[in-house]
Amino acid sequence: MTRLLRTVAGVVLTAFMLFPVYWMINVSFTRDRDMRADPPHLFPVNGTLEGYRAVLDQQLPYLGTSLLVGLGTVALTVTLAAPAGYALAKLRPVGGGVLSFVLLIAQMIPGIIMAMGFYAIYLNLGVLNSIPGLILADSTIAVPFGVLIFTAFMSGIPEELMQAAVVDGAGRLRTFWSVVLPVSRNSIVTVSLFAFLWAWSDFIFASTLDGGGDHQPITLGIYQYIGNNNQQWNAIMATAVVASVPATILLVLAQRYVAAGVTAGAVKD
Amino acid sequence: MRRSKTGDWAAWAFLAPVTLYLAAFYAYPLYRNVELSLRNYTVRSFVQGGAPFAGLDNYRKILSDPTFGPALLHTVVFTGASLAFQFGIGLALAVFFHQHFPLSRTLRALFLVPWLLPLIVSASTWSWMLNSDAGVVNAALGAVGVGPVNWLTSPDWSLVSVIIANIWIGIPFNLVVLYSGLQAIPTTMYEAASLDGATGWQRFWRITFPLLRPVSAITLLLGLIYTLKVFDIIWIMTRGGPTDSSTTFATWSYRLGFGNLLPSFGPGAAVGNLLIVMALVFGLVYIRLQRRQRA
Repeated sequence: MTRLLRTVAGVVLTAFMLFPVYWMINVSFTRDRDMRADPPHLFPVNGTLEGYRAVLDQQLPYLGTSLLVGLGTVALTVTLAAPAGYALAKLRPVGGGVLSFVLLIAQMIPGIIMAMGFYAIYLNLGVLNSIPGLILADSTIAVPFGVLIFTAFMSGIPEELMQAAVVDGAGRLRTFWSVVLPVSRNSIVTVSLFAFLWAWSDFIFASTLDGGGDHQPITLGIYQYIGNNNQQWNAIMATAVVASVPATILLVLAQRYVAAGVTAGAVKD
Repeated sequence: MRRSKTGDWAAWAFLAPVTLYLAAFYAYPLYRNVELSLRNYTVRSFVQGGAPFAGLDNYRKILSDPTFGPALLHTVVFTGASLAFQFGIGLALAVFFHQHFPLSRTLRALFLVPWLLPLIVSASTWSWMLNSDAGVVNAALGAVGVGPVNWLTSPDWSLVSVIIANIWIGIPFNLVVLYSGLQAIPTTMYEAASLDGATGWQRFWRITFPLLRPVSAITLLLGLIYTLKVFDIIWIMTRGGPTDSSTTFATWSYRLGFGNLLPSFGPGAAVGNLLIVMALVFGLVYIRLQRRQRA
């Protein structure tokens, strides 16, 4: 009985917590003329798809850019972080500790400061408003995290596994490629997932480094919607719903990787 | 196992990409930022170079700026209030979910949603919910007889509004980390306490709370470092306004550098560097604490 009561309490708490998410979805279906109804409609009665039509008409290029930036960031992050994780976990060179320390510190630098530095550099190089420039900047959010995750995970790979490869005559590169990487699938998924999500959600680099570009990510699409003093809140919320899709998919498909990523670094295992 | 010299070379070959990357895309932007803060840049010299060295002028300028006091106060209040509520609510929820009831796994997973949503999504949703005339929050308050609050447009409430939104976003992180901390506490401890006749309340204060202290410290410090950086939510919801009433160091820095038609990069970078010093101080405390726990 108490178990059942707890479940009821849990459902109520979750519903309360997720109310803003529900409200976003509700508003995305609300007709313009009902938008300022008093009291607000709790359900989208006489719902409309106008908001989603606006997304299809106006926001598809933004979504495409975000997808491209997200995938680019994932590729760059894993390429840089996986070999580094292997070296720090298994080869443990002199000076490796210092590098790990620098990476920890790097994670703590506020985005606004990075953005200002990047802006100055990109302006002089003439790469403002370019997709590769944005990918590079977005990757700085994920690379230190990626190295730390890979290091933590790869430390757990048994030495015997790699010694077997060495006995078979494999060099370090070969060992890394055909032994270490395949067994590190879980950590690759975790790192990719977060790199994608952070790049997809990034607003600060997008607004400073890509504010005037032809190809802007979806975060700027939403921001301009709000900034134009647009009263079409159904369109704004519909875009927000669509922009939340990747997060939802990831949560459904890869929940345990998400939890692993959140706790990594915060709790010793 | 001690490695040979050649082993070190091979290891650093694997580390070379990330090391070069850190130098080029972390160290250099940071260096540019320090340089920006020490020179007197105009838009012209920003593009063409040749800005005169100004020493600590930019820092002096921001310290005597009327925004400095309020921005510092708001940063402290925003961080302190966010942390206190995120942690308190997160801990209560972690203890609650630790009881393992039907559906508890699924519900706990759903609690992650606010943390995973892009910040612009959360911020714009909260903006509309807190809208003075048409927002659902004021409608709910009206239903219980409380007059409408100008959440985002009144200087008295704007900081509270962004804090509420930020607490909502931060709860999942606290919940997940504290929950995993709870799982590390051996169940035999609780069984022994039950045999001794301890009540639920006593079990929490005598076992859970002390044993969770290391994880709590880490959670709070990480939360502190993250919260100092928060920019998106405040900027999207209020732009730091009205009249600086929700301006923190992060939004102030952005506004100086990018928010006006005539940017003042020097002072903007100077504010940013103050922020970085604050973050690093707590960052070093965090690393120290974590090392000590690992030892």
